[in-house]
Amino acid sequence: MRLSWLCLALALWSGASAAQDVPVAWLNVERELPPTLSNLDPIPEDLGAAGALTALNDNKTTGKFLGQKWSLTEHTAYLGDDPLEIARNALADAPFVIVNAPAETLLAIADLPEAKDKLIFNAGTGASDLRGDNCRANVLHTLPSTAMRTDALAQMFVKKRWTDLVMIAGGHEDDQTYAAAMEKSLAKFGLTLKARKEWRFDADMRRNAAQEVPLFTQDFGDYDALIIADELHDFGRYVLYNTWEPRPVVGSEGLQAAAWGAVVEQWGAAQLQSRFEEAHERDMRPKDYAAWAAMRSVGEAVTRTKSADVAVIQKYLLGDTFELAGFKGRPLTYRTWNGQLRQPIPLMHPRALVANAPLEGFLHQRTELDTLGVDAAETTCTAFN
Amino acid sequence: MLRTSLLALTLASAPAFADEIWVSNEKDDTISVIDIETLEVVRTIDVGERPRGITFSKDYSVLYVCASDSDTVQVIDPNTGKILHELPSGEDPEQFVLHPDDRHLYIANEDDAITTVVDTQTRKVVAQIDVGIEPEGMAVSPDGKIAITTSETTNMAHWIDTEKQELFANTLVDSRPRHAEFIKDGAELWVSAEIGGTISVFDVETQTEKAKIDFEVDGVHPDRVQPVGFELTAGDTHAFVALGPSNHVAVVNAETYEVEDYILVGRRVWHMDFNTDRTLAFTTNGVSGDVTVIDVAKRKAIKSIKVGRFPWGAAYRPTN
Repeated sequence: MRLSWLCLALALWSGASAAQDVPVAWLNVERELPPTLSNLDPIPEDLGAAGALTALNDNKTTGKFLGQKWSLTEHTAYLGDDPLEIARNALADAPFVIVNAPAETLLAIADLPEAKDKLIFNAGTGASDLRGDNCRANVLHTLPSTAMRTDALAQMFVKKRWTDLVMIAGGHEDDQTYAAAMEKSLAKFGLTLKARKEWRFDADMRRNAAQEVPLFTQDFGDYDALIIADELHDFGRYVLYNTWEPRPVVGSEGLQAAAWGAVVEQWGAAQLQSRFEEAHERDMRPKDYAAWAAMRSVGEAVTRTKSADVAVIQKYLLGDTFELAGFKGRPLTYRTWNGQLRQPIPLMHPRALVANAPLEGFLHQRTELDTLGVDAAETTCTAFN
Repeated sequence: MLRTSLLALTLASAPAFADEIWVSNEKDDTISVIDIETLEVVRTIDVGERPRGITFSKDYSVLYVCASDSDTVQVIDPNTGKILHELPSGEDPEQFVLHPDDRHLYIANEDDAITTVVDTQTRKVVAQIDVGIEPEGMAVSPDGKIAITTSETTNMAHWIDTEKQELFANTLVDSRPRHAEFIKDGAELWVSAEIGGTISVFDVETQTEKAKIDFEVDGVHPDRVQPVGFELTAGDTHAFVALGPSNHVAVVNAETYEVEDYILVGRRVWHMDFNTDRTLAFTTNGVSGDVTVIDVAKRKAIKSIKVGRFPWGAAYRPTN
């Protein structure tokens, strides 16, 4: 009798005051990038990490009312390091790891034996194969796939009746991937690309873009909009206002579709933006948002399930009751067929939000959000079955 | 006979000032004053930056306005429209509630995760209480003993003991809680969750959830049915709930917690207030920049009134 009372007392005591530790790791894998023509927009060193930190503070504030103890360790694989070695350190630190890495590195990390019972969040690449053939059950994606971004633009073309489209694609692998995703999106929404040219200039466009671009775009003839596939932001900026025909520029420049941007301010986003800017002294970018969403997903799941167990959290995130308030006007959830975070995609120019995809009129039997990206019926991912 | 009574009505109401609804226009830095008789805007008053929460003192002699981006609460003479003075409010005051003592304002500081308590007489901050991220909804129990702050990102209702000015309970609600009200003489606390799409009903005595109200608007995806502001009809029999971008107001039976009706109003309906006998409701519609007037008995919108850009809060003022 006495023993059972003691047990009960102990149980009560531990229930009330036992702190729940939730360690999370951030892993940044540096990537060799070619130089770009302009030096105007350096990539911030804390890209992504800053978003994870902001969400860490959000989680901590909630956690202090619930006895959760949040921590974030930061790991960087610099050029020359073995990224898998650094990844092992991150995986040893925490069951939840948010990663900014190129697709092939991310895949190698996910396949490490050390990653088997861990949960990895991809906040760094939009690669389709990671959501398709090469999807992994231990990887969720908070950064939108490239297909979601190009689908968002394609919806805009349909809505605006910009049916006569041309494209300039850069030579980098990322540009080519973007261009391919764009062509797929155009086909998906019943549009065709009238012409495509490859950007193969070696000249410095800051000096002679005005002379070169009109000539380069002259043989496109007339069209409604010019798509730029320049994901490294190398040449695209010199195309605007220099085209032969005065037409809107979209894609990697001009009207862009991305997970997030400094001009997003509706649905309470202004609060997230100001929290972020105050802490990191710069604008919040798409990868920051993806890392923020990953950290907040874990936060929400731990709060609702009262567990920090990977299996419990993973099940909850992919279940019916999870929803993340992501400052995008509707709840965000994960696609059960490939682990992609469903989300509206803002269409923006540098000074304002133009529209928010899915655009009105694009319907879907499940949720309009699934008009963006690869749907359940077309997925080649089998890891989530 | 009909004509005479109409005439009498007009005569009776013409010389005296009619009652008013005051509406804060978040993106115009103004307040629109609507005459309840003519249903027209009769005055527009300049206030501080990004006015959101508005409320009158118990005797309606002054109006308090959260000027969010001016980081202050402004005290306004409703007769002249002049700003009398400003109160310290903490940073980014969004929404507030006046304690039944008619003296203390409980203010949600959205950017700071703090609830600030201000004494309107001494014009001093009495207390600051740490709450969750992005506090917004504010309520005080009718006996004045409990204040509530809801935090949008932390997803909680924080229960404040107003004597000690400290938290005594924190209860989880669904995603992005926006508004809280004590009803039935303080026996129940209702909290709306914008992204969760629900209203949680708490038993105040035990701080436990006793019911949850769901909404479903025909032809609108559930994601866009987002309960935000709500107010109770006479006798607390029904709640009128603004459902944000679904552009509808739900009528909820406060006994059975069932939704009885949905009323089509303007775009992104946000908050509301009633006239004195609660026969008319006035909703602020952020995106369409207007106020919808609802006939409460008929549960029908009867008029839209153009106000400023992004109307946010509404407050009733009797003038007789």
